[in-house]
Amino acid sequence: MIKRRSRRVRSVVPNYVVLSLLVVFSLGPLLVLLFNSLKSPGEVGRNPLGLPREGLVWRNYIEAWQQGNYAVTIRNSLVVSLATIGGVCLIAGLAAFALAKLDLPGADALTMYFLVGSSLPVQLFLVPLYFVWARLHLVDNLLGVIIIYWAVYSPFATFLLRSYMVSLPTDFEDAARVDGASEWQVFSRIIVPLTWPGFLTAGLVVGLWAWNEFLFAVTFLHRPEVMTVTTSYYNFAGRYGRDWGLTSAAAIIMILPVVALFLVLQRRFIEGLTEGGLKT
Amino acid sequence: MITRQSPQPRRRNRLVPWLFMAPILTLNVVVILGPSLASIYYAFTDWTGMGQARLVGLANFARMVSDPVYRLALMNNLRWTAIFLTVPVFMGLLGAMLLAPIKRGQIFFRTAYFVPYVIASVVNAQIWRCILHPLKGIGPWLAQHGIPWLNVAWFGRESTALYAIAFVDNWHWWGFLVVVYLAAMQAVDPQLYEAARLEGANRWQEFRYVTLPGIRPTLIFTLLMTVIWSFLVFDYIYVLTEGGPAHASEVLATEVFNAAFGRFEAGYAAAVGLSMSLFCGLGIAIFVTLRRRGWEI
Repeated sequence: MIKRRSRRVRSVVPNYVVLSLLVVFSLGPLLVLLFNSLKSPGEVGRNPLGLPREGLVWRNYIEAWQQGNYAVTIRNSLVVSLATIGGVCLIAGLAAFALAKLDLPGADALTMYFLVGSSLPVQLFLVPLYFVWARLHLVDNLLGVIIIYWAVYSPFATFLLRSYMVSLPTDFEDAARVDGASEWQVFSRIIVPLTWPGFLTAGLVVGLWAWNEFLFAVTFLHRPEVMTVTTSYYNFAGRYGRDWGLTSAAAIIMILPVVALFLVLQRRFIEGLTEGGLKT
Repeated sequence: MITRQSPQPRRRNRLVPWLFMAPILTLNVVVILGPSLASIYYAFTDWTGMGQARLVGLANFARMVSDPVYRLALMNNLRWTAIFLTVPVFMGLLGAMLLAPIKRGQIFFRTAYFVPYVIASVVNAQIWRCILHPLKGIGPWLAQHGIPWLNVAWFGRESTALYAIAFVDNWHWWGFLVVVYLAAMQAVDPQLYEAARLEGANRWQEFRYVTLPGIRPTLIFTLLMTVIWSFLVFDYIYVLTEGGPAHASEVLATEVFNAAFGRFEAGYAAAVGLSMSLFCGLGIAIFVTLRRRGWEI
């Protein structure tokens, strides 16, 4: 019996060894970032990769916050992310409901259209869009990028929410319709409360995307007052490139909320980013 | 029977489903479809982005084909595709394969590999710009300790810039694939592994004959997506080198950006963007064809 077991159960020690090396590769650079964020410029020069040994320079964070204009850019990024989450959840929720629960003629063709459309390069429509937006005064305007994110991220959220709605039994909605509920009431009072985990997942994913987005932000937002954390950080890192303590502290400030939220809600993030993002 | 029929009369109004679709369709037409169609038109003009556009026939495409920068950019996209079809896929499979049989710590490892994926590209780029710095990074440190051949200005040399950027992009991407492949592997019937072990299969045989067939749909899907995304890559290249030095790391997406907003050649930029779409369309066409043939992807 013992012999059989030892032959069938394979040692997992080599697994742990390789997996741990991969953790060093994955998290090591982030630790370097954290260490550097607490060093003076002088220490970074003498000791660019190791633990801070000459005292922790917390002042980097205060200075990065001020020099990086974070009071403005974090507010902008929050506005953009929250507006993106709210808008996408509403727009995609309505669309998913129509695709999953209503007799929409051509639903398959529309699904195909959105599937193909969301894999096409942004560069296909970026240039004319820029000049239309310029004419509509939507360049250098947070609303301008928010509208773009609504349009670009809604198909993903629609697919995700549709898969939640399709798996709902129709009993509840049928009962509501018998009682005279309108389709809007069916959607808002029955479908949304029953599929809220889908909305949470979709919201977290598009919120993350909006927070980290770079191409549209760098194209459409130029003035410092309307910059988001990504484009502002890009400029900041260019300007203070030599002071690694400062650029590292600024980086930590902008990734901290994201990483913290990810660690708390990682199951939802991973579900949304893998299943939803890949298996549309 | 009654419950099935009772909702029917309410659906007489055929307008209602379209009302629910109206916001997404309107946005799509304004932001994506309309400008995309305009782009197709502008690709045949000498538009600068302002003022009148004059039709110039196929001039933009003729210029594209003979332009060394375009050819370099396209080659770099192909190199990028080759790198990302192999390196992260190998690392993703390796990580997932090692993670699948362990119980203790699985969630920790999965989280650790996934974290770089949720961090903004501008930050990841800055992290590696420091670590690979030619004067203060890991290269000089290794040189002091007897390994001089890694002491190179990775992003500043024409021969290494593209690969250095690909390395950074891969660092944030491979962990995502670990999680995707792990989920697929966990859906494989455990009895198949049991049977393989009773037959005396070693680790490689187990992977080759049980795991790989089991995750095939997921694997093929990620490969196809890799092809599509490899023609879209922008962030890491723009942030780290802006396509330089001397266009050594130029790709089609950065060329569109430079042409439109740097040189004000919006018509030419539209043509390059259109060509990107054709390459992506090819990837999508393969995907759709395979799906029609009954591949579960």
